Amino acid sequence: MSKHPKALALISGGLDSLLASKVVQDQGVHVEGINFFTGFCVEGHTHAIRKQDRARPKRNNALWVADQLGIKLHIVDVVDEYKQVVFNPKYGYGAHLNPCLDCKIFMVRKAREWIEQRGFDFVITGEVVGQRPKSQRKHAMPLVQRDAGIDDRLLRPLSARNLPETLPERMGWVDRDKLHGFSGRSRKPQMALAALYGFEDYAQPAGGCCFLTDGNYTVKLTDLWKSRGGRRYELDDIMLLKVGRHIRPAPNFKLIVAREEGEVNFLSGYRRLFPSLKMVSHSGPLALLDGEPTAADIELAARIVGRYSQGRAAPLVELEYATTGGEKSRLRVAPMCADDMPKGWLL
Amino acid sequence: MTTHHRTIDCLRLLCPMPVIRVQEHVETMAAGDTLTAVCSDPGVLHDIPAWSRINGHQVVATETRDGEYLVTVRVGPGEV
Ligand code: SF4
Repeated sequence: MSKHPKALALISGGLDSLLASKVVQDQGVHVEGINFFTGFCVEGHTHAIRKQDRARPKRNNALWVADQLGIKLHIVDVVDEYKQVVFNPKYGYGAHLNPCLDCKIFMVRKAREWIEQRGFDFVITGEVVGQRPKSQRKHAMPLVQRDAGIDDRLLRPLSARNLPETLPERMGWVDRDKLHGFSGRSRKPQMALAALYGFEDYAQPAGGCCFLTDGNYTVKLTDLWKSRGGRRYELDDIMLLKVGRHIRPAPNFKLIVAREEGEVNFLSGYRRLFPSLKMVSHSGPLALLDGEPTAADIELAARIVGRYSQGRAAPLVELEYATTGGEKSRLRVAPMCADDMPKGWLL
Repeated sequence: MTTHHRTIDCLRLLCPMPVIRVQEHVETMAAGDTLTAVCSDPGVLHDIPAWSRINGHQVVATETRDGEYLVTVRVGPGEV
């Protein structure tokens, strides 16, 4: 081997990227990891927010994978750039708003730019032919290479033997015979390989790695776009979609109602960005108001918050309304009866 | 050798954003400098030490007070 090759592995935090990196690392290649933060990643956010979930240990799976491998991990904030992937995916969406194929291309392209800037030789992903419905079908794989401009500098160690030879194989940096030929949806070969390496306690194989594959989440995202008259979001918006009950009584405003103490604390952090309603006469949740509510809307919102408070059976409840500037006023309203709230309001 | 100390506000940020902020600052700091991240996501008590360990930096102090988590990292010697 004429040089010490260097590879960058896309680390999602799942088992496949762990194994793919390990297979290459074991062949004497210097491997570092990269993880992209899009804002939609499933990384225990609800966990961090909801008090009841905090008893369970929480970890960032990508960091855990890097720790297992003993490699550096670069976590890159791509929140802004990723918006174009979500808004206009060239290859469309999967079952929900998940633009998986475009997302893969985006991440491989970012990884290519990274290796070109730092003199690394190739990129590794944990993709397996035929594992995912869209992005990992055999015909999709060359598309990723072409559109990301990486060509044969992309190695998929778990499926390499089913795919054309790549640069690292041709250069003798890795031995094709020591790579794998996994394909299809079965997870058994990966589990067997994990057992061989002694990896335990890895993140369980899941359907998707982000909230865009979650129907309950994307209903709220679609609603957000509709209400804003276009496909737009900021990081705070997409974070808030993970928290609380989202109730939209009218196109011009919605409420985000905390469900428990952890969410109350989290939403409290947003009181300078959104007007809020807090129960005074009874214990009950905090709610944020998103949009442009009129005075009548604020009163309606107060009745809804009352419905989720301990005073739901009382004739009147009192709440405090606070503007983003911190001006406070009180309202006394009759809590809404559960049956009076149209089902369609709850997103 | 003079070392520098920085404190950054990561309140309201959820993991991995605090880790990304720490990473961005550490990249511009010299070996031996220290950085304290003030956070509200308790996940940082796990994630910042894990990130530091694999990237060759050291967590020298962690403190929890009034729902805030303070993690102090000493920048490592660079290429490991
Ligand atoms: S599930 Fe989400 S993060 Fe994973 S490939 Fe699809 S769009 Fe990208």
